[in-house]
Amino acid sequence: MTEEIIIAGFGGQGVLSMGKILAYSGVMENKEVSWMPSYGPEMRGGTANVIVIISDERISSPIVNYFDTAIILNQQSMDKFEKTVKPGGLLIYDPNGITRHPERKDINIYTIEAADEASKVGLSKVFNMVVLGGYLKLKPIVQPEYIHKGLEKSLPKRHHGLIPENEKAIAKGKEIIKEKYLLN
Amino acid sequence: MKELRLMKGNEAFAEAAIRAGADGYFGYPITPQSEVMEYLMAEKPHERTGMVVLQAESEVAAINMVYGGASCGKRVLTSSSSPGISLKQEGISYIAGAELPCVILNVVRGGPGLGTIQPSQSDYFQSTKGGGHGDYKLLVLAPSSVQEMADFAGLGFELAFKYRNPVLILSDGAIGQMMEKVELDEQKPRWTEEEIIKNTPWATTGKTKNRERNIITSLDLDSGKQELHNISLQAKYREMEKNETRYEAISCEDAEYLIVAYGTSARLSQKAVDLLRAEGYKVGLLRPITLFPFPTAIIAKLADQVKGILTVEMSAGQMIEDVRLAVGCRVKVEHFGRMGGIIPSPTEVVDATHKKIIGG
Repeated sequence: MTEEIIIAGFGGQGVLSMGKILAYSGVMENKEVSWMPSYGPEMRGGTANVIVIISDERISSPIVNYFDTAIILNQQSMDKFEKTVKPGGLLIYDPNGITRHPERKDINIYTIEAADEASKVGLSKVFNMVVLGGYLKLKPIVQPEYIHKGLEKSLPKRHHGLIPENEKAIAKGKEIIKEKYLLN
Repeated sequence: MKELRLMKGNEAFAEAAIRAGADGYFGYPITPQSEVMEYLMAEKPHERTGMVVLQAESEVAAINMVYGGASCGKRVLTSSSSPGISLKQEGISYIAGAELPCVILNVVRGGPGLGTIQPSQSDYFQSTKGGGHGDYKLLVLAPSSVQEMADFAGLGFELAFKYRNPVLILSDGAIGQMMEKVELDEQKPRWTEEEIIKNTPWATTGKTKNRERNIITSLDLDSGKQELHNISLQAKYREMEKNETRYEAISCEDAEYLIVAYGTSARLSQKAVDLLRAEGYKVGLLRPITLFPFPTAIIAKLADQVKGILTVEMSAGQMIEDVRLAVGCRVKVEHFGRMGGIIPSPTEVVDATHKKIIGG
């Protein structure tokens, strides 16, 4: 099993930390992982993205140009990464702020209204975990117990009190993810 | 059981330096290597081992603090990224001339000039062919994973003290910034003052009655003596070539075509090799781990076996000169690369292999 994922959105949406928690969960489950961020000026107020690879085998390149899954959280990222999903792959996006919806007919597309839902139930700060929950519902590549361990490892000790809130957000994401377009 | 963590390359290097028993780090911030000092400052190694971490007023000051620390037999290191490493070249030449051990990390970004903060491999010439003035060589290690960023901190000190020579770790922005799983060695104790006196009889540890004074200098105005010094330096570099050449050969046994790449480019090329093998082409990857000494012999040997060689570098083509020297004119050696901070994709490497080597 090798899963190559791109997570992309605005800086500040928690794109990098979502990737980090996923990657750390993979480490806890003894898988091979890599986490390759965009860095530099485009992070500051602009777009941020991270490539996460989780695999049972040694990872050759941490940088790839086609993905099994794209998780997209803003329009710029949709424009840039819709075309990078492998045929038969998965695209998950939050329609909040999206003006041009994905048009491909050779991939599976799901929406997750994470921003709206998170603010409704007072989980805005863990919006990214709602998104992660939606993804894990569709591709349970890491078991829930390891997600818990991944959270423990990724969050500094002083924030461990927030783990239940993060897990609540993950559960919420699993509930609200919706099919948009499915291959037969 | 070793400790398993998910870390950035820069952080893994910093933690590994503490664990290797380093005495001091002297640096100045620059993207994309600032996490090295950030990590060290947050980790407060002076509380763990007594290691000093100091933000100098400039890169020039930092490398001269390294010169001073190394003169006293201490395990000292510095890190920077390309423009900062350029500033350090005078000090590096002095350290090489005075035969002092130290570890220098370059997390390369695109140049020339201030260039860009994105990853590049355009400092190969600077690292392996001089950089500063005079006939000297650095021992150059090229990590291609976060694990090697950690491993080469310890190995770097070992080799630096074995040869009394600066060791340069030539990384790049991608390996510095990415996170991978890393196994960390246990904490090694720092040398005690007694151990330093015993292990570094050349260092300025305070003259005792039973020995001559130790002088640390790169200056000798007597040309005869200076030539002898140069001859002894060259002999040392030949020893390094004999003993320290390191490389990784991947899928080379039956290879009909060869890619030569180091660092991040080696990772991309490994994926390209997998893709090309899936298409039915027998392609191998030779990854130099030491850039000086360069794995000339194995490349010369593989040149008799393969029909063509592609070097993949994030530069205009620098290492290709050493590959061509190793190969002579026996097979075609071509270059593929991107510049200015662009990382090529594995499929670009596949296309270039087809166009320049297999089909060409």
